[in-house]
Amino acid sequence: MLNVDFRKQLEQFELHMQFQMGKEIVAVVGSSGSGKTTLLNCIAGIMQPDAGGISLHGTDFYKESKKPLKIQKRRVGYLFQDYALFPHLSVEQNILYATSRNNDIAHISELTKILDISLLLSKYPHQISGGEKQRVALARALAAKPDLLLLDEPFSALDDETRSRCQSELLRIHELWSIPVILVTHRIEDAQKLAKRCIRIEKGRMTEQLQP
Amino acid sequence: MIAYDLSPLFLSLKVATISTILVFFTSLILARFMCRYDFFGKSVIDALILLPLVLPPTVIGFGLIVLFGMNGPFGKLLEDLFGIRIVFSWVGAAIASFVVSLPLMYQSVMAAFEKVDPRWENVARTMGVSEWRIFRTITFPLAWSGILAGLILSFARGIGEFGATLMIAGYIPGVTETVPLAIYFAYEAGEMEKAIFWVIVISAVGVTAITWVNYWRKKNAYRIGRE
Repeated sequence: MLNVDFRKQLEQFELHMQFQMGKEIVAVVGSSGSGKTTLLNCIAGIMQPDAGGISLHGTDFYKESKKPLKIQKRRVGYLFQDYALFPHLSVEQNILYATSRNNDIAHISELTKILDISLLLSKYPHQISGGEKQRVALARALAAKPDLLLLDEPFSALDDETRSRCQSELLRIHELWSIPVILVTHRIEDAQKLAKRCIRIEKGRMTEQLQP
Repeated sequence: MIAYDLSPLFLSLKVATISTILVFFTSLILARFMCRYDFFGKSVIDALILLPLVLPPTVIGFGLIVLFGMNGPFGKLLEDLFGIRIVFSWVGAAIASFVVSLPLMYQSVMAAFEKVDPRWENVARTMGVSEWRIFRTITFPLAWSGILAGLILSFARGIGEFGATLMIAGYIPGVTETVPLAIYFAYEAGEMEKAIFWVIVISAVGVTAITWVNYWRKKNAYRIGRE
């Protein structure tokens, strides 16, 4: 169970988020600059809230007046908006980056098979398409077996056909892994297709929680 | 053709190499620290590191004599503990090169680190990777092109150092005679051919270094820094 209840002062407004979620996909929708990415950054530990708390399965990520849990210890998979693949490493090195032990090989080969990227392993990020980058970044985020998956506009750079295929893959992976997934998007269609629940934020305020 | 004693070239290469190695590690540590942490007085420390860029070489030389001279705090300590004399020795020349080339390398490394997108480091952190491994496998390789340019600049600055070197190491042929000193004293003595010989040698070293860096950067630009 992920518990989020925090406040953070941003330049234009105060971001106030309060929700709970289980092993489901929750979409966060809102216009640009509404605080969606800040929400993910606070959960991942890249930014710290000013007050409140964030916890996952009883482990405090952030609790007011306590030292925040280090990013490295949060076991969060984070897919950045433009994927942030390491440009100097091959696809295989990107995916294997966090896994140094051989016992992860079965998990990795299963991931590459599911995401259909086995033929890309020797290529570099600048040699593959946007859709392929998205799948590689997803494989990398899942390679370290995270307890929570954060997706920041994962489909924004994809054409309709690739977007649809990647969405199906994400649903398949979620069925197999069954971990909480927060999907940030500005497209209500993505939220409707993928999420059980949808949170809308405007200028840092949660305006509604809907069942898409 | 007149055969010249090549010891000034070897001494210059030795001094510049040692100072570049020291500058490399010092700059990496300083730049990493300054990039990552904000603290009171940070801008003053930054200014102190960059100060040799704007000071006349004689001021740097004077400062080094005050610190490393036989009665200076560090000079006395080094001589008492290890029997190392800094003044009138090649070690003094290496220290002078280190001081004048540190700001160049520091600036290059800072710029190179700032160019590395923090998202890459953050992705690695979310994957549970330690800060040291992130630095070794992400930050350093992606900043390498800028760091290498800094190394070459520092080496060139070290090999060409004159004013501060003359003040702390003096001119002792065969002991502290670097190429720039050899040029100056050959000219003073009216040995124009010798001066021209050393000018050609030091220019050739500089052109070779810059050409090699440009070649290396072009060769590796196809993937480093691109996504």
